[in-house]
Amino acid sequence: MIVDAQGKDYKEVDRIIRESKENIEVINPSGQRFIGAALQKRRVNVYGIAGNALGCYMDGGLIEVFGDAQDAVGDTMNDGRIIVHGSVGDALGYAMRGGALFVERNAGYRAGIHMKAYGEKSPVVVIGGRTGSFLGEYQAGGTIIVLGLERGDMPISGYFTGAGMYGGKIILRNPGEVLLRPECEMHKAEKEEIESVKESIGEWCSIFNRDENMVFDAEFYVVEPRKGAAPRQSYVPN
Amino acid sequence: MAIKSVIYPEFEVVRYDRCTRCGRCIKECANGVHFFSQDKKMVLSDDTKCVDCLRCIAFCPEHAIKIVKSGCTFRDNANWRPGIVSGIIKEANTGGVLLSSMGNPEPYPVYWDKILINASQVTNPSIDPLREPMETRVFLGKKPDKIERDEDGNLVDNLPPQMELSLPVMFSAMSYGSISYNAHSALAQAAEELGIFYNTGEGGLHEDFYKYGKNTIVQVASGRFGVWRGYLEGGAAIEIKMGQGAKPGIGGHLPGAKIVGDVSRTRMIPEGTDAVSPAPHHDIYSIEDLRQLVISLKEATGYKKPVIVKVASVHNISAIASGIARSGADIIAIDGFRGGTGAAPTAIRDNVGIPVELALASVDQRLRDEGIRNNVSLVVGGSIRNASDVVKAIALGADAVYIATAALIALGCHLCRNCQSGKCCWGIATQRPDLVERLNPEEGKERLVNLLSAWKGEIKEMMGGMGINSIEALRGNRLMLRGIGLTQKELDILGITHAGE
Amino acid sequence: MKLEGEVRIPSGCAISAAISRKGNLFTGEGMIKAMEVMHERSNGLGGGFAAYGIYPEYKDYYAFHIFYSDRNARIETESFLKERFEIVQAEVIPTHQIPEITDVPLIWRYFLSPLRSIVDREMLDEDEYTVRAVTKVNSTIDGAYVFSSGKNMGTFKAVGYPEDVGVFYKIDEIEGYSWTAHGRYPTNTPGWWGGAHPFSLLDFSVVHNGEISSYDANRRFVEMFGYRCSLQTDTEVITYILDYLVRRQGLTPEEAANVIAAPFWSTIESKDEKERKRLTYLRTMFSSLLVTGPFSIVFGFTGGLMALNDRLKLRSMVVGENKDMVYVASEEAAILSADRNAGGFRFPMGGEAVVIRVEGEV
Repeated sequence: MIVDAQGKDYKEVDRIIRESKENIEVINPSGQRFIGAALQKRRVNVYGIAGNALGCYMDGGLIEVFGDAQDAVGDTMNDGRIIVHGSVGDALGYAMRGGALFVERNAGYRAGIHMKAYGEKSPVVVIGGRTGSFLGEYQAGGTIIVLGLERGDMPISGYFTGAGMYGGKIILRNPGEVLLRPECEMHKAEKEEIESVKESIGEWCSIFNRDENMVFDAEFYVVEPRKGAAPRQSYVPN
Repeated sequence: MAIKSVIYPEFEVVRYDRCTRCGRCIKECANGVHFFSQDKKMVLSDDTKCVDCLRCIAFCPEHAIKIVKSGCTFRDNANWRPGIVSGIIKEANTGGVLLSSMGNPEPYPVYWDKILINASQVTNPSIDPLREPMETRVFLGKKPDKIERDEDGNLVDNLPPQMELSLPVMFSAMSYGSISYNAHSALAQAAEELGIFYNTGEGGLHEDFYKYGKNTIVQVASGRFGVWRGYLEGGAAIEIKMGQGAKPGIGGHLPGAKIVGDVSRTRMIPEGTDAVSPAPHHDIYSIEDLRQLVISLKEATGYKKPVIVKVASVHNISAIASGIARSGADIIAIDGFRGGTGAAPTAIRDNVGIPVELALASVDQRLRDEGIRNNVSLVVGGSIRNASDVVKAIALGADAVYIATAALIALGCHLCRNCQSGKCCWGIATQRPDLVERLNPEEGKERLVNLLSAWKGEIKEMMGGMGINSIEALRGNRLMLRGIGLTQKELDILGITHAGE
Repeated sequence: MKLEGEVRIPSGCAISAAISRKGNLFTGEGMIKAMEVMHERSNGLGGGFAAYGIYPEYKDYYAFHIFYSDRNARIETESFLKERFEIVQAEVIPTHQIPEITDVPLIWRYFLSPLRSIVDREMLDEDEYTVRAVTKVNSTIDGAYVFSSGKNMGTFKAVGYPEDVGVFYKIDEIEGYSWTAHGRYPTNTPGWWGGAHPFSLLDFSVVHNGEISSYDANRRFVEMFGYRCSLQTDTEVITYILDYLVRRQGLTPEEAANVIAAPFWSTIESKDEKERKRLTYLRTMFSSLLVTGPFSIVFGFTGGLMALNDRLKLRSMVVGENKDMVYVASEEAAILSADRNAGGFRFPMGGEAVVIRVEGEV
């Protein structure tokens, strides 16, 4: 079913998506918000620029954006997949608990903030390009992979990477110098660590049609919280 | 030689000769105050550990114990008061930030106590609430600007979702984690029986309590713990926690040690990991971002649940509330600076924020001045202590109130203000199974129902006295209030006149 | 002592009303008689009448009745009106000088037509435009008070007992198809001409008996919509509530009665589903406009009137009939004084709206 968002407000577009039982193709989205909110199954294709909070509270299914997406993609996502053929704005995957996000190009500030894992669920974010500052802020679980492709001489992430991170890991490909917060540490990825993300990176390559060998022909580093270094206020009972 | 600063124990345990050494006090005290001395063959106490929770007194079969304020203290000084001096000593000893719990105990003005309620005499009648109808039902939620009719001219129900309360009181947010399973169970059951709502707080909703969904407000805080589609759909309303009266601008941090078992499952994070909910939602840096979160929650739940935005009462509260009223939120909850907490830095608890009475009065007036008071309902909390506080809040302009400390007192809390220790002897602010089981949820529910039934009776008596037989005619009815001992400025902010005028 | 507008003034009262279902015109003579019988319910600090259908030759023009304290107030007001209206006719309202009515202000009447170009420029309808002009005069011109502003109707009021006020305004010579009357018993004012009742706004007029307990809740709500309760009387706020509900929201008078004298929840729950939903909707939607405490009102409008008691029926009200005539009053004796052949007396329940409409065009 094709939904032409031209001239409709987001409430109407999102209602059609919510109430339909079919797969959906949204054309002319021009920044319409909340597309695929709490989606559970089905496929939603978006042709053009997707608005804020794309796939928020998503609990299954697939959203594929042919164009850029804006802020808060996959906010509090529990399951499912979001693919963006382009770049995304700030707060990608806010508090995401499960599912996967694939971004072809760059992500803004605070990608993977509050990302967590629980039980069977361990979310994965793969970003083809680079990210803004505060990558993985408050990250508590899951895996953020930043491939750093086609970034020229720009750094792979901005300042304060891993601020307040206390779980999960960030995998960086050919990172160069990374401005880490003291509560994290970075080490060269062990073989099994690379193995653990091979499938996700392979999937990214096949989605965006990149040469897998080229992507893996690189050095991978892992950012993890430093044991016992979480910023913590010292308290005294009063 | 070491510096040895003295903080004399704040309380002294007095034990009378009628003590039979039964050992009950030893068993009841989670703080380890009482112990049996083999040498002396008697029960002694370590006063330094006493927090004055009164558990031992309640259970001593001989009434042989008394807790008194220790007489030994610093030399009188109106400036360097004992709490300030001992705070300095504790900080100098440890380098740690002072941590407290429950509400601000400092002697700031309590405006509820400076407001008097009216009653009818002669020119219009008071009403007997026992024998004539007296209504306390309230609907919370946004009201549309205009009516609509169908083609036959019948009125169309164009009201957004509303929360129906049998009386304008709800239990405010306390997370599972900060309080016990049994405390949550009592609150949930009481809310169901009373026809009101309780609030999950930011710790998720325990699987056992989904059955109370139609009386549950589910909270979404910055850490989004336990938040998923089923949780949002599981409650009757969704509350976005932007702030808390006891600690405006401060987030929550439940240490990994407390994230065990059910608490971990409910928060949906692995056991032993910290749960950090910073004060800001990092997707809300401006008012339009709040709108985005509000609408995203509505989109996720098909516009079937009212969204509450809870904020702490801070200096600029009326402008903040005006922004929220235009954000798509259905209800604004304002939490005053005397509100309780399981743990907050003392400096914040005692110094940040403003009294909720002033916040409420200025918000209600501001929303009316802007013509948007009907866009939202107003709920206030932060130390609503009794039925007369409720009546005064409604007359100042609130649609309903939130209570928490009063509810905990009904459950056995004696306000020792030691929640942060996790050793609550009354089984409320603890996760220790042996302590939790001290609180019987059914008994707790009964006591909560008793409390609010009594309040309802008192509210009706006061309304009857004013000749008002429905609570909505009291809402914002400031003529029913007079100030006592207030300055003109305070009266102006409260929008009331002085007693005698 | 403070006057109306400076302090809140509760007041007890007598009310009465009469209407011809066929739209036949009749003088106010019966109304004077009705009020005379209820003398005890007033205290001489205010009386008045509203009559509909009295200006057939000017029926398309807003009829302003204005009190002036002096000539300057009149000049200032007239220059304001000239900027915004075409003044078709301006005259002194004829009165009888009688010893019972003293401190008489200048009392003028104008027939006005809004200047189309200004109405269009301000993007208002003519009614709203006129309401704003009334508010402007009453709130900004010292010594001027517009006390009547509807089309083909007028209110006549003064400080004094209502039967004397009737004589003063010669209402036995005025003919209308619908009349309301009021005798006032305020507790808190020396009496002011503008504070007498009926209170009216455009063609809506209200007479009211009782002291409501919801006053400030109601006032603070309607003031959100541009009304200013400058007199601080119950009648004023009830008039604004009715104007808001009927003119601005488009409710029928019966629906408005379901708001201001909403049935108790227990009563609503006893109704069939459709009615239950309708009543729940109205009560929830306009919860701040529930009026509690004792009141009986007669709400006059073009082509009809509505009598309504508070939902506990704390005030007295009787309805009687004689052929095409329907009467409403605080006391049955008042109706019989107006028309000794009246009968079919009934006593509406609390919250039961009695709406009488004139058949056909008026």
